[in-house]
Amino acid sequence: MKELMLGNEAVARGAYEAGVTVATAYPGTPSTEITETISRYKEIYCEWAPNEKVALEVAAGAAIGGARVLCTMKHVGLNVAADPLFTLSYTGINGGLVIVVADDPGMHSSQNEQDTRYYALAAKIPLLEPADAQECRDYILTAFSLSEEFDCPVLVRLTTRVAHTRGVVIVGERKTAPLWDYVKNFSKYVMLPGMARQRREIVEQRMARLAEAANTYSLANMYVDQHADTPGDTLADTHTQTQTDLQLNRVEAGNGKTAVITSGIAYQYAREVFGEVSYLKLGMVHPLPERLVVDFAQGREELYVIEEGDPFLETQLKALGIRVTGKKLFPATGELLPGVLRERIFGANTKEEKEEAKAGAQVEAIPTRPPVLCPGCPHRGVFYVLKKLGLTVLGDIGCYTLGALPPTGAMDACICMGASIGMLHGMEKARGPEFAGKAVAVIGDSTFIHSGITGLTDLVYNKGRGTVIILDNNTTGMTGHQNHPGTGFDLRGEPTNRLDLVQVAKAVGVRRVKVVDPFALTELEKAVKEEVQAEDPSVIIARRPCVLLDRSKTRVLVRVDEEKCTFCRRCLAIGCPAVAVSRTAGEKKGRIVINETLCTGCMLCVQLCPFGAIERVER
Amino acid sequence: MGAQIKDELTKKRWPGPEDVYNIILAGVGGQGILFAARVLGTAALMKGYDVKVSEVHGMAQRGGSVVSYVRFGRKVYAPVVEKGRCDLLVAFEELEGLRWLDHLCTGGRVILNRQRIDPMPVISGKAEYPKEIPAIIRRRAGSVELVDALTIAGECGSLRTVNTVLLGLTARFLPVEEEIWLETLAEVAPARMLDVNRQAFIRGYRYTQPSGQA
Repeated sequence: MKELMLGNEAVARGAYEAGVTVATAYPGTPSTEITETISRYKEIYCEWAPNEKVALEVAAGAAIGGARVLCTMKHVGLNVAADPLFTLSYTGINGGLVIVVADDPGMHSSQNEQDTRYYALAAKIPLLEPADAQECRDYILTAFSLSEEFDCPVLVRLTTRVAHTRGVVIVGERKTAPLWDYVKNFSKYVMLPGMARQRREIVEQRMARLAEAANTYSLANMYVDQHADTPGDTLADTHTQTQTDLQLNRVEAGNGKTAVITSGIAYQYAREVFGEVSYLKLGMVHPLPERLVVDFAQGREELYVIEEGDPFLETQLKALGIRVTGKKLFPATGELLPGVLRERIFGANTKEEKEEAKAGAQVEAIPTRPPVLCPGCPHRGVFYVLKKLGLTVLGDIGCYTLGALPPTGAMDACICMGASIGMLHGMEKARGPEFAGKAVAVIGDSTFIHSGITGLTDLVYNKGRGTVIILDNNTTGMTGHQNHPGTGFDLRGEPTNRLDLVQVAKAVGVRRVKVVDPFALTELEKAVKEEVQAEDPSVIIARRPCVLLDRSKTRVLVRVDEEKCTFCRRCLAIGCPAVAVSRTAGEKKGRIVINETLCTGCMLCVQLCPFGAIERVER
Repeated sequence: MGAQIKDELTKKRWPGPEDVYNIILAGVGGQGILFAARVLGTAALMKGYDVKVSEVHGMAQRGGSVVSYVRFGRKVYAPVVEKGRCDLLVAFEELEGLRWLDHLCTGGRVILNRQRIDPMPVISGKAEYPKEIPAIIRRRAGSVELVDALTIAGECGSLRTVNTVLLGLTARFLPVEEEIWLETLAEVAPARMLDVNRQAFIRGYRYTQPSGQA
């Protein structure tokens, strides 16, 4: 059956068909929809873990326990999960373990552009890279075969354009994977130095076998044969039926003497631009099939390596003595889109394009449309207050990072998940205790549970006096409203044990814990002033659900009384999309108007107006 | 079949896979672009084409510009539409239509929804919303369909069907039969919204511009 599926949905489908019974993840764009899709398959136990490290540890336990397991995260999440990853490479698995990591070239929704392929190299495990939705489904099946055959976790790398592109997918049926026996094996799973030294050798042998296997064009076929003696309605059948023509590393012979070595989405871009030349498309990017690439490169007049991001393949190709054009011509930064490739190969401007550029120049400046905090967002008031008080704000990862943009502009730094608290503490230690009176850390509820608790523990333990504001909107907002331990609901929306943020703060030793409503600006400001001045560490929980979760409850909105409005523009300081300046042509001053279709009745602007010109009305 | 699409629609001026049709849906988060793109893609698949539909998630959705590329034909490689190669630009909002105009191919078609959603720099009075966008677009495009999809959606009973009205109008210019569209709509739209969506689609599909419009 053919379906139009997102790459992420196809990954989930592949895992389903592969007989996965356990799936773990922490949400992160562009990987989130994998686990959301998995949650619709009732046969699979799935969970949002508090962070990626825990997700991978749960996955490791489940795999060593004998099940087939999928673990998913975004690229920066793998930094968090790197600790278990590197040693899992030593212990190996039992049931198959596939870790899907979604990179974000071009940083559509990320703080960096790191390239997951280096993790495969460093952790000494194989990495597959699908180029479209069909391959997402197919490669997951292959990855599980590889994982069990070579007794190691397998990485599958997606990029945004693969994860978030719908494509045609031929799907198959789910086959039950065996729950392999769990047998205690101290020397394999307990990584004391003596055992780890033995496993270290096995890792090298495994990679050598994998590199050799990668040379054959149709790697998957090999596993079909090896699994063929498995009796019954198991995966062997699946593979025979669906994977006989799947070639992980394939040569597409074309015209002329130009040839391209490529993988992943870059393959699609290259096909678009180079047309019918010869391609070596690598599905297994690590380990590199050395014999295959050397053979392919032989006698080529022009050989390009087209890869998005860093020169991962290029460096290895050059180490093999292959003369190839790569990053000398193509950029390592941003997305390697077809337009970029075309420009680098064929030159920038044809005559036609120059004319069009001229025509385009006649169009007046087009205003940007930057992302903004939603109307009625509970974070808005917090950033207004922080700016008003002139505090240094150590920020964190989430929707609220948008508080850094004008007009609120109340954020000094944002590095990674959970960093705000440690950075606040570090700044205080560098600049002295009085600095804590001029600074706060701001972190969302999901982010705090992800990796803020250890930072807060450190701040208390090492006698910091900093103030941490937890923006508790009762969800993981930016990634599309996933539950987390603080919401009291699990991935499938079932009620579960709820983590209490107040109790957590108290348990790590914070005595000053306050809960405030971020829409009550006066109390919020008072609380922040008090707590930054306090000599002890403190936590302020600004608690109000994400406006997108309970929009329907709004019964009121506000209007501007034109008689009273002096156009002082104080209400614009919160940067609310519902509070607008209206000017008729030639008019200098302008008026403030409330966009009633956007207004949620949060009353922030009402509190800001010194003239009482913004009034509450019933809807 | 692919070559027919080209004949029916517009000639391309570049070498490469000739029989891929490129659509850009551009608008603002919350306008239902992903739904429209999904229906377009699914209908093209039902017709037997290879299809790719790119989506935008995460940070870009927080009130920012949203764009979706829909490409279909005999064989589709890249999921993105390059500058100057878009056959059909469906602008859900005027400013976004202007923003993506440089992606239109020579002689390409634009469907322009006469809706204006101010971006933050305009809301705060720091920038002006460009004037006479339809006229600018006319200068560049081979043909322009102007439509007030918001009003039509309201007449259909839900302002949220703006996307389906525009989808209907878009569908009219594509080599896929009406039955396939309606079948696809029934498959993709939530059941409780199907009737209003079907009505909105048909209103878009049968829409003709009043003569003399700007």
